[in-house]
Amino acid sequence: MPAAGDELIAHLLRRAGLGAGAADLAAFGGLSYGEAVDRLVNYEGLPDDVDAQIGKPGYLGTTSRGPFSPDTVADDGRQRWLFRMVHSERPLQERMTLFWHNYFATGLSKVSTGIKAENGTRLMVAKASEDPAKQRGQIEMLRDNALGSVRDLLVAVAQDPAMLRWLDGDTNTKAKPQENFGRELMELFSRGVGFYTEDDVYAAARVFTGWNLKVTGGAQSPDASFAFAYNANQHESTAKTFSFPIYPNGSRTIPARAASAGMQDGLDLITALASHQETARRLAGKLYAFFVSETMPPDAAFIDELAAVYLKNGTVMKPVLAYLFNSPQFQDPSVFFTRYAWPAEFVVRALKETGWTGFSAGTALTPLVNMGQQLLEPPNVAGWALGQSWFSTGAMLARMNFASALASNQKFNLASAAAPWKGSPQMVVDYVLSRLTPADVSGDIYADLVAYAGAGVTWTGSTAQLQAKAPGLAHLVLGSAEYQFV
Amino acid sequence: MASITRRAFVKNGVAAFTVSLAAPAFLSDLARAQGATQRNLVVLDLSGGNDGLSFLVPYTDSFYYSRRPALAVPAGTVLQIGSDASGKALGLHPKLAGLKDIFNQGRLALIQRAGYQNSSRSHFTGTDIWSAADPVNSQGPGWVGRYLSTLGALDPLAAWNTTGDTPHALEDAGVGVASIPNVATYAFQSPNTGAEAARERAAASSIASHVPVDRPHLAFVSASVQAAMVTLDRVASAGAYRPTVTYPANGFGQALQAVAGAMAQDLGTKVFYVQTGGFDTHASQDTTSDNGAYVRLMTTLNDGLSAFYGDVRNQGLLGDTLLLSFSEFGRRISENGSKGTDHGAASVMLAMGGGVRGGIFGTAASLNPDPQNPTLENNGADVRYETDFRAVYAKVIDNWLGGDSTAVLGGSFKASGIDFV
Repeated sequence: MPAAGDELIAHLLRRAGLGAGAADLAAFGGLSYGEAVDRLVNYEGLPDDVDAQIGKPGYLGTTSRGPFSPDTVADDGRQRWLFRMVHSERPLQERMTLFWHNYFATGLSKVSTGIKAENGTRLMVAKASEDPAKQRGQIEMLRDNALGSVRDLLVAVAQDPAMLRWLDGDTNTKAKPQENFGRELMELFSRGVGFYTEDDVYAAARVFTGWNLKVTGGAQSPDASFAFAYNANQHESTAKTFSFPIYPNGSRTIPARAASAGMQDGLDLITALASHQETARRLAGKLYAFFVSETMPPDAAFIDELAAVYLKNGTVMKPVLAYLFNSPQFQDPSVFFTRYAWPAEFVVRALKETGWTGFSAGTALTPLVNMGQQLLEPPNVAGWALGQSWFSTGAMLARMNFASALASNQKFNLASAAAPWKGSPQMVVDYVLSRLTPADVSGDIYADLVAYAGAGVTWTGSTAQLQAKAPGLAHLVLGSAEYQFV
Repeated sequence: MASITRRAFVKNGVAAFTVSLAAPAFLSDLARAQGATQRNLVVLDLSGGNDGLSFLVPYTDSFYYSRRPALAVPAGTVLQIGSDASGKALGLHPKLAGLKDIFNQGRLALIQRAGYQNSSRSHFTGTDIWSAADPVNSQGPGWVGRYLSTLGALDPLAAWNTTGDTPHALEDAGVGVASIPNVATYAFQSPNTGAEAARERAAASSIASHVPVDRPHLAFVSASVQAAMVTLDRVASAGAYRPTVTYPANGFGQALQAVAGAMAQDLGTKVFYVQTGGFDTHASQDTTSDNGAYVRLMTTLNDGLSAFYGDVRNQGLLGDTLLLSFSEFGRRISENGSKGTDHGAASVMLAMGGGVRGGIFGTAASLNPDPQNPTLENNGADVRYETDFRAVYAKVIDNWLGGDSTAVLGGSFKASGIDFV
């Protein structure tokens, strides 16, 4: 049995990381809990060259039609992200990128409407180095800002070309202010429902008039580029009054200013929204559900503490997360395995813990759609429905069937890894459980697993038996309710 | 023909007997006579906020044209279906020819200006309100879920959801919902084959049957596995269904085909849930060009519903079928600067089926932007509701499902003047 400290680090890796594969166990083995948190949170010093390993032996594979082109082909971009989640030495950065992808949920299909598909994909996932105009895609932008200032992140989001297409900011003009972004900025990206008025929506729409998109190279050209551009001619320059304070002196009104200086309106509004108590508490609640528990409601005082750390640090996330991981609430064993795994998390953890040699990230793409989480295509701007909503019968079957596909693919690796435990069916079950680390299984379930391992065979521990039972057990464990929690 | 049982009939499909879209009437009658007495409800979610004014066009209202210079559907192109009780002439969007046929057969009802007071402009709150049938406490259980609860213990196929996530409208404690986005992949796979695969399947069922009493979240997921396991074979039988018409190859068409399959195979499902999205037309709504956004939405809707209507009619199931649509809100009357429309208020609902008393219900708004115009709200910006959407639900619960709408909806919303079913 692992020591309590190891269990705590395993919990940390399931939450702040994406599960514990062999590389994670090597990197974190021997670290104290505090050192492990430090390694996860202060990742800037760790290598970020993970993409360079794509295609090399020993890593998760990829599959593409034609040359692998992760900046212009959406499914290749998705595979690159899955690859990063499995192999990155900065798992918290990937985890938070996924958090923000859900928080600022932007759908590729609308971003791509009316332009070349490759351009839409670039707007979502290209690295700056891959884009003709050196414009980084939205996911790269989220990754760069994963643990940074939320105020700066909101500005980057408001000026992100994919977001400008997604919430129609590119058509927000003086004559007809467009409400879509202004509404969601307050409803979903900051204060939350109930903390703004319809008049605030109209005012916010006017604030962002002229925050448009500049297209160069012709929208229909395969190497068109799309960049944020403030268009003073389209800015509505009168004063805008809100129901909440905009400035530290309590003023609720963004003053009338010359259109040439009107971009400051949006910066003022975002700066205000980012540091509102309502925003801080809403974000703290989201972080609690993401990192601590979805089944045990947060203590109001803990949410206040997280919100206070966020505000005290000028909306920077890193100290908030360090505080959260070091909190007694996070380390309490009663919150272990009380977070419903998102499909992408389930897939990545299953790959890390089961193995990937000879497996392609491409094989996970359709299953992820069936599980209800196609990366880059959240259902709407509110993101995916989380928690129990992931577990419809069809989505659960998709998880079980991905487990089957992975176990089948890893049949020989699993059988040879289990060989030292071939002495009895029970020993093989113990091995598979210790490798895959589901939540504690009850005695009844354990008995079912042992019964299955011994069913239909006179146990000899032969290679043939291990090649049937080890993947069979891996399938059953990965497809069990106990494995769907992190 | 007397020896053909309903089940054998269904197994081979009416398609085996007929190659044309419309089955000969005697076949439909035969199928009806041979069973098919299970009334069902298909809830259709037009997600994103359907623009009722482009769907059902008040083509003689001059304000419609003045307030929508880029977006109005030209009067000459609408499919005229007559006038409502207020004398307002109305026409369906030109791509809704199939729906017009169904309207002409008296099997399509259009309920104008359905909504509620102080309509939410949030997609999410709006959807919750329509799903919970409660504008005040929108986080409560779903109205369909509550109806199903009144029927007592149900098997997981009592509600068949064709989308990935369980929709709020179907949710209620104790009501299991099978979510079947794709009938073909709704199957148990195994890394092994033959007897070994069968042992795994048995083990998976047994594992899921142990409900951990002290860990309700685990119990919830176990219940989902269990529900999946016990529904596999029946869903597969729906997958084997051979429709009598060709459904559109898009997700909406395929979902409707699965619904028809489940009905024809007599799987006992009482409520189906189907969704088609993309109605959040803030920009480039384009109601007229061949490839215009709203034109594509109407084509998808029309082609899917026409195929479904024809298929269930051919299967003799039309008399058991009621489809009811909703959308979280309508859209603003005046177009915006992006040639689109922003979130609005009341909109039109449609009900379709063999038991439907077709026609136009309720009255259209006058689109005169005068702030005093009583058919509008928000200073003339939005269509004001006339029929409480819960009155429509009440009609369906009481008159179609045979339930008690007062109990299900937590109050009486019975209303006169909307006798569409």
